[in-house]
Amino acid sequence: MPATPFRQLRRRLHERFVRWALRVPTPEPAPIILTQRRVYVLPTRPGLAFGVALITIFLGAVNYNLSLGHALVFLLAGLGIVTILHTFRNLVQLHIRPGRCEPVFAGSHASFTLLLENPRNDTRTSLRLYLPDAAPIEIDVAAQAVTAATLTLPTLRRGWLALPRITLETTWPLGLVRAWSYAAPDMRCLVYPQPAAKAPPLPWGGDTAQGSRRDGQGADDFSSLRHHQPADPPRHIAWKAVARQEQGPLLTKQFNGSTAQEVWLDWQTTPGADTEERISLLTRWLLDADATGIYWGLRLPQITLAPAQGSAHRAAGLRALALFGHGATHQVAHGVAH
Amino acid sequence: MARIDRPVSRRQSFWLLLAAIATCAPLTAHMPLWLSLGAGAALLWRGLLSWQGWRLPARWLLILLVVIGSLGVFLEYRSLFGRTPGIALLLIFLSLKLLELRAPRDAVVSVLLCYFLILGQFLFTQTIPTALLTGIAVIITTAALLAANDDRPTVLQQLRRTGLLLLQALPFMLLLFVLFPRIDGPLWGLPEDRRSALSGLSETMSPGSIAQLSQSDEIVFRVRFSGSTPAQSQLYWRGPVLPIMDGRTWRMAPFRHFYTTPPYPLTGKAIDYELTLEPHGKRWLFALELPATLPPESALTGDYQLLTRQIVRNRLRYTQRAIPEAVSGQEEAPDVLRESLRLPEDGNPRTRAVAQTWRQRHGNDEAAILNTAKDFFARQLLVYTLNPPLAERDPVDEFLFDSKRGFCEHFAAAFTVAMRAAGIPARVVTGYQGGEINPVDGYLVVRQYDAHAWSEVWLAGHGWIRVDPTAISAPRRIDSSITSAISADEAATLLANQRFTWLRTLRYQLDAVTNGWNQWVLGYNPQRQRDLLNQLGLNADWRNMTALLAVLCGIALLLLTVWILRQRQRPDPALVAWRRFTKRLARRGVTWQAWEGPVEFAARAAQHLPEHAKSINDTTQLYVRLRYAAHPQAADLALLKAKIAHFNP
Repeated sequence: MPATPFRQLRRRLHERFVRWALRVPTPEPAPIILTQRRVYVLPTRPGLAFGVALITIFLGAVNYNLSLGHALVFLLAGLGIVTILHTFRNLVQLHIRPGRCEPVFAGSHASFTLLLENPRNDTRTSLRLYLPDAAPIEIDVAAQAVTAATLTLPTLRRGWLALPRITLETTWPLGLVRAWSYAAPDMRCLVYPQPAAKAPPLPWGGDTAQGSRRDGQGADDFSSLRHHQPADPPRHIAWKAVARQEQGPLLTKQFNGSTAQEVWLDWQTTPGADTEERISLLTRWLLDADATGIYWGLRLPQITLAPAQGSAHRAAGLRALALFGHGATHQVAHGVAH
Repeated sequence: MARIDRPVSRRQSFWLLLAAIATCAPLTAHMPLWLSLGAGAALLWRGLLSWQGWRLPARWLLILLVVIGSLGVFLEYRSLFGRTPGIALLLIFLSLKLLELRAPRDAVVSVLLCYFLILGQFLFTQTIPTALLTGIAVIITTAALLAANDDRPTVLQQLRRTGLLLLQALPFMLLLFVLFPRIDGPLWGLPEDRRSALSGLSETMSPGSIAQLSQSDEIVFRVRFSGSTPAQSQLYWRGPVLPIMDGRTWRMAPFRHFYTTPPYPLTGKAIDYELTLEPHGKRWLFALELPATLPPESALTGDYQLLTRQIVRNRLRYTQRAIPEAVSGQEEAPDVLRESLRLPEDGNPRTRAVAQTWRQRHGNDEAAILNTAKDFFARQLLVYTLNPPLAERDPVDEFLFDSKRGFCEHFAAAFTVAMRAAGIPARVVTGYQGGEINPVDGYLVVRQYDAHAWSEVWLAGHGWIRVDPTAISAPRRIDSSITSAISADEAATLLANQRFTWLRTLRYQLDAVTNGWNQWVLGYNPQRQRDLLNQLGLNADWRNMTALLAVLCGIALLLLTVWILRQRQRPDPALVAWRRFTKRLARRGVTWQAWEGPVEFAARAAQHLPEHAKSINDTTQLYVRLRYAAHPQAADLALLKAKIAHFNP
């Protein structure tokens, strides 16, 4: 699409209109309620064709003095009026709440789940939601129900990805008019850095501390079994032992940690031409270390994570890497989507 | 706007097919056979295509079919414009459009074509059955449009939704129908379409032509009198006047001059009425003798026929005033009188001879000649019959002296010829005589079998005088009806004869409904609109009408908006009961805090009111089960309600 001045102007005007049409400062606190002030209605292209057809039928009815032709055209005009109300009603008073948004790695799609709540006693049919320049998704929200709508957005860079302003629209029931509204839910997705494709082996070098852990629990030599606890890594479950019992709790293998290894992932010693390359490499190492089940620690200029293991630790490390150098600034998504 | 372009689904195409069938089926009666068959085949193809899941035909094939169809229409009608060819083309487009349903856009185009064809149906007929049929077509077409947007509901649900939408549109339709300022058509010249010949009186009269009409019970016009209905013998509805005779056939005279106001003095008792004329494809209007007013766009000819500017193609309603005793033509133009005396060189010698004896006997006393002539007709014992023998050479002579059997045209022709032979100007007037009052709605209905012919003679000083020779021989024809004037055997063959009372009653009722429909729905024109609004005490100016329309539509819209947008929120009955429970506890000083869950709250309340601990805990358990269990049970709700009702801390 060539960025002609006209197109740019149009885009800017549209952006201004949307900001005005939102009628609230963005991002909006939940729940977002689509009040009648912010739901707009205009005819669609089929609606305009319907209008032209009505005028033609009217002229025919007048010209040939067809009383029933008048009746037909007036009935259809009434239908046109009624459908405006129905379409408007299909959208107005919809409640929107931000739902879950799992972190993703840069390069994959972020999924924003919005919870659409219909307080009314009738189903809302064929609501369409879309992000700027993206394809819409179409969903129904049953009477007095909450339906999750998931919008996806491609990610390019690590950091916070805020959900851009969304458009909600509907042309139900007759497709002759379109009711639409804008909403800017306060929702953001954490985008982890993209792991480097090729990485040197884990940095076991000088900095790497090896030693016995105080509690004597490690990952090397099996010593005993105990009851499973939710925080235990799944790969330590003693499946064979569990299978032998008729009925009983999950068991976790205990290891003697005398030789359990630790690795420090350190920003200072990580090779790389620039920040992003280093971050990318650290991400790869972090994932590799997590996958092998060893203890790892992360040392960034401002943040240090003590060596540990498990999904929570992994999430903290990835988060630190994702937000490294970003402070609290949000990544703005405009122009990022395809 | 974001569009999701799905292909048209099977269900959607079935809906569109149904809509096309509902709109096209009634039209086939007015289309050439090849077109109906072709469209039917295309629709059948569409049905099979959806049913079997075949591929859509190639575009070039469809274009070829459109070209062939259009060519066929051109060959059939020698034109592609005008109403019938236009509808034929639309029919072709619709049936072929259904064969290229690819995108939602095609579905919308098909629906709009259906709406156009529904309008097209009204060009041919607008009767009540047509209205019902097209009503069904509108419902199905609208349902197809609904389905084009959401095809998941079942047929019944879809129809219910359509019904609801149309029901809500109905008030707007009624308001617009009554109050939208009507415009008198046509806006542009109507293309001349070939019209099938309509039965009725014609420009000429020859023996047998009116007798033929007696076989038809088709309605010619309906009349509503403002006052009481005049006597049957006064109801002479004047139609074409036929002064020119060529031996057998009587013709209209060329129109030489027109009057825009009646040329005779308008004194005497007046009869006011409103006449609704069915389209007859001619220019003349019927009026009770003699018209004192002229309907708009009409003029009075030299022989007092009412003529309109345009051929009567649509039902026409006009108010009229008649003065039965008006004296006309006291100073008649000499050329008119000459014309009214002209007879062919020879023919009907016996009649001429008799008439000349009258003239010799009475000299210049023309009134006496007229009376003698009437006596002569009475003495001849002429028989009024539907089946007179065919006249050979001299129809009047044969009627008066040989067969003595004839229908009204024989009587009128014979009397007029006799008068002319006696030197008195005379002419034949055709029209309708009598009519039948429908007791249901009080309208006088005049049918084709009321067609009649009579004579008019001119006497110096008296002007034109109506003489009905049929009345001389068969007075019952005039006083009551045609069936009573002819023999019982003949009457049995007549449609006018209704032997079964219930059948007659039914016919009256049907006709009253049809008439109401014609008067108030089909005949709702600018004039009627003005009258209605004036009756309601409103000035029927288009500005007032528009303002009134806007206000009423606004009110309707407001009511509809309230109805549609009102929030029908019924809170969970368990929650309602629970709130009552917490209110009772609050009275004892245990207030439910916003951060508390029901269980925590119950524990606190039980601590505070140990004597009710069990009751509080049971109630809370029930409530929690109802609100949070995967499958709440209806019995629990009743239990909860009962418990809370009896809970009185």
